[in-house]
Amino acid sequence: MSANEKLQAVSLHINGVERTLTIEPRTSLLDALRDHLGLTGTKKGCDQGACGACTLLVDGERINSCLALAIQYEGRQIVTIEGLAQSNQLHPMQAAFIQHDGFQCGYCTPGQICSAVGMLNELRNGFPSAVTADDAAVVELDEAEVRERMSGNLCRCGAYVGIRDAIQQVYGATAR
Amino acid sequence: MNNFTYHRAPDTAAALQLFSDATAGNASPRFLAGGTNLVDLMREGVENHDSLVDISRLPLAEITELADGGLRIGAMVRNSHLAANSLVRQRFPLLSQAILMGASAQLRNMATTGGNLMQRTRCYYFYDTASHCNKRSPGAGCDAIHGYNRIHAILGTSSQCIATHPSDMCVALAALDATVNVSGASGVSGASGERSIPISEFHRLPGDTPHIDTNLRAGELITSVDLPASSSGLTSQYRKVRDRASYAFALVSVAAALRLKNGVIDDIRIALGGVAHKPWRASSAERMLRGAAPTRENFVAAAAAELAPAVARSGNAFKIELAKRTITAVLAELAAGLEGGGR
Repeated sequence: MSANEKLQAVSLHINGVERTLTIEPRTSLLDALRDHLGLTGTKKGCDQGACGACTLLVDGERINSCLALAIQYEGRQIVTIEGLAQSNQLHPMQAAFIQHDGFQCGYCTPGQICSAVGMLNELRNGFPSAVTADDAAVVELDEAEVRERMSGNLCRCGAYVGIRDAIQQVYGATAR
Repeated sequence: MNNFTYHRAPDTAAALQLFSDATAGNASPRFLAGGTNLVDLMREGVENHDSLVDISRLPLAEITELADGGLRIGAMVRNSHLAANSLVRQRFPLLSQAILMGASAQLRNMATTGGNLMQRTRCYYFYDTASHCNKRSPGAGCDAIHGYNRIHAILGTSSQCIATHPSDMCVALAALDATVNVSGASGVSGASGERSIPISEFHRLPGDTPHIDTNLRAGELITSVDLPASSSGLTSQYRKVRDRASYAFALVSVAAALRLKNGVIDDIRIALGGVAHKPWRASSAERMLRGAAPTRENFVAAAAAELAPAVARSGNAFKIELAKRTITAVLAELAAGLEGGGR
């Protein structure tokens, strides 16, 4: 069977816009964004779900887009780093990363920021982490919680201190 | 990754039908849920399927109460939602703990209950298609047995395979005596309708068929997992020993649950992860401890008995001692909490 017989029309809802593309079912959401739609903000690091560089939001939840087949995400609300800012106003998490130097080379940054936004959504929904006490009614986003909840995002420049500070600032300003 | 045909199933009946249709058309189909393991395996060339049936939108994402006080977890409940569920946290905190110690938040948001049960080993040689692996290519040999085997199994191994099961969730399910409910299309490989498989019989030891991970029949689909009420109300703990503080597979993990009555052990459950081809229920240790006093000496003896049949390879002898000490530490902590008037 030739490759063309496997092409399928797939409609994706990305950053508030409906985008239709013709792809093979094996195309990952990450590759669909970067190679087919020109949305290169989402980064490819390990391509095996280990580094978190490809993190984006689906219906408000963070996922690794490298392990997602694009065709599985038809009809879902996808938000990438390109969709966080409102007109010329940076998302508070973007502004905080700049303020706290939450990056050096910047490659992991889109994934870190999307992951942090998704993580604050999880806190609002009362999701526990491995370091949350079983009977905790309210989770305080202390150092241990940030480290555990962000462990799916690696930064090989080691900008973790700035990343933590940025996240805790946004949490303190908006999440409580 | 090889190319494949893709079909999205709206419900369980359609999923089973799509699967049997693909089989009838000489395809080798596979169910696709969260994709966190299957997509990776296919990208690495470890698995090559020419047909995927997407079950991620089946209406199986609910957690419901069973009449006896247990819980039924739909196969498509994602790991993050399962761990956060208030009924699960109240009645089976061991399960919530175990899930939260596995993978990352992003992966837990994708991975499903059924998919977690179907996870495959992370043995390096299984993943490296240039290596010999009886699990990937039956009869090819095992490069792990004489290779770098620090992460490999010490219990229930065979001369063909020393891989471990990677799941944390399944270790907790083993301790909780969960049941896996499956559906099969009528007429496919003798499978008809629904059946329930005790978690202890769901995964297999490698023996001389290490390429077969579970006792699911061809075309059978996991629909839900039941947690019995008899496994709630125990004091419990999941402890995972790993190379990093977060986001790493277990070298050894222990899921334990305990209840004391009149100063002796009334009910005890111990399951181990990272040591075998399946979640390892420590039945020998449990037998020794039921009815015994919850003393450190008894815990040490029970752990030693459980690990007595362990076989180490060149790189993983440390796991035997590590497993004994972790079992002892967890049980001692649980007992101290109970005797000290804790929960």
